[in-house]
Amino acid sequence: MRFLFKTDYDQDIRIAKHSGYYWSYGLLLLVVIAAPFFLESYYIGQMTQLYIIAIAGVGLMLLAGYTGLVSLGHAAFFGIGAYTEAVMTGNGIPLPFMDEPMVFSFLVSMPMAAIFAALAGVVIGIPVLRLTGIYLAIATFAFAIVIEEVLSRWESVTNGYTGLLVESLYVGDLELSDGPPFYFLCLGLLILVILMSINLLRSPTGRAMMAIRDSEISAQSMGVNLARVKTTAFALSAGVTGLAGALFAHKLGFLSPESFTVFQSLELLVLVVVGGIGSLHGAIFGAMFVLALPQGLAILKDYLPTSIAETPGMEPFIFGLILVLVIIFEPYGIYGRWLKIKHYFQMFPVYKRATFKRQKAYMKSERLK
Amino acid sequence: MQLVVGGVSIGCIYALVALGFVLIYKATEVVNFAQGELMMLGAFLAYTFISILGWNYWVGAAAAIICMFFAGNLVDRVFLRPVLGQPQFSIVMVTIGFGYMARSAAGMMPGWGTETYAISTPFSSEGMQLIPESMGSLVISQTDLSVIIATVILCAVLYTFFTHTRLGIAMQASSQNQLAAYYMGIPVKAVFSMIWGISAAVAAAAGILLAPTTLIDTSMGFIGLKAFPAAVLGGFGSIPGAVVGGLIIGIIETLAGFYLPPGFKNVAAYVVLLIVLVVRPQGLFGQKTGKRV
Repeated sequence: MRFLFKTDYDQDIRIAKHSGYYWSYGLLLLVVIAAPFFLESYYIGQMTQLYIIAIAGVGLMLLAGYTGLVSLGHAAFFGIGAYTEAVMTGNGIPLPFMDEPMVFSFLVSMPMAAIFAALAGVVIGIPVLRLTGIYLAIATFAFAIVIEEVLSRWESVTNGYTGLLVESLYVGDLELSDGPPFYFLCLGLLILVILMSINLLRSPTGRAMMAIRDSEISAQSMGVNLARVKTTAFALSAGVTGLAGALFAHKLGFLSPESFTVFQSLELLVLVVVGGIGSLHGAIFGAMFVLALPQGLAILKDYLPTSIAETPGMEPFIFGLILVLVIIFEPYGIYGRWLKIKHYFQMFPVYKRATFKRQKAYMKSERLK
Repeated sequence: MQLVVGGVSIGCIYALVALGFVLIYKATEVVNFAQGELMMLGAFLAYTFISILGWNYWVGAAAAIICMFFAGNLVDRVFLRPVLGQPQFSIVMVTIGFGYMARSAAGMMPGWGTETYAISTPFSSEGMQLIPESMGSLVISQTDLSVIIATVILCAVLYTFFTHTRLGIAMQASSQNQLAAYYMGIPVKAVFSMIWGISAAVAAAAGILLAPTTLIDTSMGFIGLKAFPAAVLGGFGSIPGAVVGGLIIGIIETLAGFYLPPGFKNVAAYVVLLIVLVVRPQGLFGQKTGKRV
């Protein structure tokens, strides 16, 4: 057990709470940097996918986990990012002062993908900010369905259900959108996004977000500008998710509206909940879960009797079951469990179960009669 | 005019599903994302009783509705009671998880599977002349008419139940303040289970009524998503609102499908939803919301 003695107020907002953080996260960084030199290309691809989903997860975590605004439509921002990237690096954008459509390098197009998604976030964010809780979720849900329809119907740009091929990225002769180079691109962006989020969360804006999550009215009385902070959170979250979408476009190499349905939104939400709501670790753990579950089930199928293994629809069932079980038994998700295990060993042998006891609250209606 | 009639009939289905949302929301402040799945299960049960076991249509339908009542009760006991008192969002996620499970479970059931099925009904799909030929043609099929009549009856029953019975008033009380309701001697948990049962039964009725028009399959539950706009339009938590909302959404959707380019039919409901949320978030019949600290 390590005791932290506070000698300075800055300690409260320092990124690393104590020197142990440098060791553990430094080691983790070394491992992920060294990984592509040891792994087969299949696993590199999987790791890349993991990073992309994790970026989207961090995006949603900022909104759902830290600001307390639940979005059921994050696949829309994901899709906007992906299509922006595909169109800008592929066919290009016709500009009024150019003869031919302008094709952008990924250095321009990726930030643009993020900005576009963020703008969409603001557009949907401003009107729905008056809404809270479930209304907000339903509004984002409707927005996602409208965007999905737009993606499939706006054929001159998105090619509809025929799909849109995504060009590969090149830096000189090096193909950037495949294998280890792409791995490092995604890893770099993930680290960037996480650092940005950590810094955001210890800044006044981040703390205002958490204040809003815990109680909107208290936050407002403490002088938090609700509308501004909420819009910022929405825009940032959408932007980060859009960035993930841009990477995803290159990972897939082929876009069709089916990749950005409501189910993707739900999957992102499940990621956040199962990983552990209200922690950036949770986004990473959740991404691992979402990615590992189908694989794990595929392996499990080999050991099951054929009659069970051959049944279609097993996967969503397990998916739903795990979601329900996690919420009932471990509301802080995988990260919560990890904290408990860590705490157990730190406090050994005097671990108290009640440390993590949840408080029950009796619901009072927000409706006034 | 003909379009409006078609719209009213599909709107009634939305209204019934929305009614399910509203019932649960009114009593427990939970939005049940698995309402469509409950409807799907109800329709499948009816299919089992009527087509597989060969029961009479009315008996089969009644049996399915009763079964779904208990199923809804069970869902509340098993999945929702453990999270009672948790943040609303967790409870919503539980219903989403249950939706996933219900959909794939129906796909895995022997005899149900992922194909589409039809129930043979006593209603013919032939048209009936509503008003005399001389005043213009207005045709309605018996199926559509059955949907409309059943909706009206169900709504009347539910409305009376909520405003005139002890249980219904107890439900309203527990929705406003759980703790106070406990103190008043209302068995809040049992009331919640009851409301889930009723809501599931209404969903089953919707499923059975919908079966002749769209056939039964496991993805039938997505209609439930269309009922959101209906519920919001009417103001979540208002029974007449849900019905009116459902009708409006149904009519708008049918008209959009006819007059606007393809694609608008699918999104019309959601566009309306977004507009309503922006302009008048409390819906047509909703109460103004506010919060005390």
